[in-house]
Amino acid sequence: MSGAVNITGAAGADGIAGADGIAGAEGIAGIAGIAGVVARMLLLLFLVSVLTFVLIVNAPIDPLISYIGAESTLSPAAREDIARHWGLSDPLPERYLRWVGNIAQGDFGMSITYKRPVIQVIRERFTYSLALMALAWAFSGLLGYAAGIWAGLRKGGLFDRAIKLFCLVLQSAPTFWLGLLILSVFSVWLGWFPIGMAAPAGKLAAEVTLSDRIHHLILPVCTLTVVSAGKMVLFTRQKLIEIMDSDYILFARARGESEGQLVFRHILRNTALPAVTLQFSSFSELFGGMALAETVFSYPGIGTATAAAALNGDAPLLLGIAGISALFVFSGNLTANILYSVVDPRLREEKSYV
Amino acid sequence: MRDMMSAGMRGVSVVTDGGSARPDGGSDQTGGMSAGMRDGKAPGGENGGPLLTARELSVEFSLYRKGLSQTRLTAVRSLSLDARRGEILAVIGSSGAGKSLLAGAILGILPANALVKGELLYNGEVLTPASQRQYRGTEIVLIPQSVDYLDPLMRAGKQVAGARGDKKGQREAFKRYGLDPRAERMFPFQLSGGMARRMLIAAAVITKPQLIVADEPTAGLDGELALETLRHFRQLADGGAAILLITHDIDLALAAADRIAVFYAGTVVEIAPAADFRQGKAALRHPYSKALIDALPGNAFTPITGTQPPPDHLPPGCLFADRCAGRRPACDGEIAPRALRGGEVKCLYAT
Ligand SMILES: Nc1ncnc2c1ncn2[C@@H]1O[C@H](COP(=O)(O)OP(=O)(O)OP(=O)(O)O)[C@@H](O)[C@H]1O
Ligand code: SF4
Ligand SMILES: [Mg+2]
Repeated sequence: MSGAVNITGAAGADGIAGADGIAGAEGIAGIAGIAGVVARMLLLLFLVSVLTFVLIVNAPIDPLISYIGAESTLSPAAREDIARHWGLSDPLPERYLRWVGNIAQGDFGMSITYKRPVIQVIRERFTYSLALMALAWAFSGLLGYAAGIWAGLRKGGLFDRAIKLFCLVLQSAPTFWLGLLILSVFSVWLGWFPIGMAAPAGKLAAEVTLSDRIHHLILPVCTLTVVSAGKMVLFTRQKLIEIMDSDYILFARARGESEGQLVFRHILRNTALPAVTLQFSSFSELFGGMALAETVFSYPGIGTATAAAALNGDAPLLLGIAGISALFVFSGNLTANILYSVVDPRLREEKSYV
Repeated sequence: MRDMMSAGMRGVSVVTDGGSARPDGGSDQTGGMSAGMRDGKAPGGENGGPLLTARELSVEFSLYRKGLSQTRLTAVRSLSLDARRGEILAVIGSSGAGKSLLAGAILGILPANALVKGELLYNGEVLTPASQRQYRGTEIVLIPQSVDYLDPLMRAGKQVAGARGDKKGQREAFKRYGLDPRAERMFPFQLSGGMARRMLIAAAVITKPQLIVADEPTAGLDGELALETLRHFRQLADGGAAILLITHDIDLALAAADRIAVFYAGTVVEIAPAADFRQGKAALRHPYSKALIDALPGNAFTPITGTQPPPDHLPPGCLFADRCAGRRPACDGEIAPRALRGGEVKCLYAT
């Protein structure tokens, strides 16, 4: 080796190795990935709509009867007329295409159950559900994350063992059962909260106050929060334990960082993104939990609307809800994907050296 | 400029008698650095004086085996050595010899199930968990093996400053090690091997440490980068710090160190001036050290037969007995270290 090797010479002699290689990189990683995600979303929407359509058409519920009522005295001829008017006797592909074509123009059809345009029903119901889901999503995320960090830091301690048991029990207990339990304890037994609905029965919509709304939201939100938090707790705890074992934490400890500094300098930084991503990609569980929680608490959101629509063979509404929920779940996954490529420097910024 | 490796400082060639495997082994060189650089700048002691002393150190782990029975595993036992100001002490030994455990014990960062016995003196004062907390990251620092020891999501500048340094110190350290200020904004994965290495050293020296523990600091580095790293170590030693250079690489230890401690199965079997190692096996004391020299590619290149005993299967007396050709009955008894020809050895029959 002929390089100038002098132990007294400061390293400055050879300067920075290839400083020109420093990245001014614009993060574009992921654009292609996102296009792929959108393509998958369209495919998913198509499959969901076809599947739902086929299921509903084959369901043992006659939409005509549910519309006009079983005891209707309508003449057979009049029934024919209505069926023809609705296009109920046309071939399936034609009915499906007509439906998709209408949707493209913003027309989701009329809900048989509520006798109003599907889009209106969904908008109103989804607003209720969104309030419920957004609150439960935020609370379960924050509480679950904090509990996971705490449990992981005190691994094997009392809190850790308690919360782990709690999460495991929760994972095997159905939402429905938990909701009923909460309902009977806090509403029936203690009487602290209303039994159900989104507002006091008999009050006019205009008279319902914000505190009424909140009062009615508390139990459903708690139920959904508790159900959704378990996954976050266990995930964060696991992640933290992994990181605590890592070389960079060992080094940070060797550099004299206290436990608090480890948490605030390294652990939050390294667990936050995976946790937020997890929370976005669990929209489907959130939606499922919401439907059950709403049913238990007779909360007038999209979940109860789904149950009602299913019982009535309300195809337009069911299809609309299926589409909306697929979009909802997909937007969560898409956000999770984008987040990673935008936030994680390892994906966002280029490597300046090979 | 001619090659002038770190060993040049002591006026000795890095080349061993049999000819080192290092392609870059320089010629004999007294070099520009003279004893004048060792004016004893360290507070509370002169260069050459012991800064860290380990006496009869042992590290035990309590382990839970199947069936919930608790067992103890002694991974380091009756280990004594001292690290001196102005000096690079290399710690060599094969995998599992206990080198990293010594580093962990000094810094007080061993896992919770580890129990350290014996005595660690720093500057003449017994190291306690409380004083370790105070010193680590300031006076006693670790230089780790690779960029994996940096937080992957923290920018280099902040990382070099650490929790205990500041922006100003970080800028100075960057300048000292020829790091571009723009590299402050980089993440560890963006650093080249050379930059990463200088960052790790910069991070260590930002608090003007007295004792520097470097655990495999040149693993995976090619010759030039390894040499550059060693030059930095020599500079720091010349500034009055004591350096504990832990390495697998005997050639590296030969080239860089003033003294070398040979670890075997959790204890020190020999401590000797690096010059003795460079002279060849005749100048060494312990059969294991001699065997290590023999195993070098440039020498006889004969590997030692047998393997280092694991902590849970140690022989009763001399830990090297199973592999020693000169073993005698007394070797199965207690073996105390003794001074011999300017070094120290743990062997009854060494001459
Ligand atoms: N946490 C632990 N629990 C139990 N045994 C351990 C633990 N850490 C290390 N040991 C044991 O202690 C011995 C020495 O380990 P150490 O890491 O100090 O070796 P080393 O000399 O640094 O090796 P290497 O060159 O591979 O880094 C090994 O036999 C190992 O099995
Ligand atoms: S004490 Fe005995 S067995 Fe051990 S190294 Fe010396 S001669 Fe060999
Ligand atoms: Mg090691």
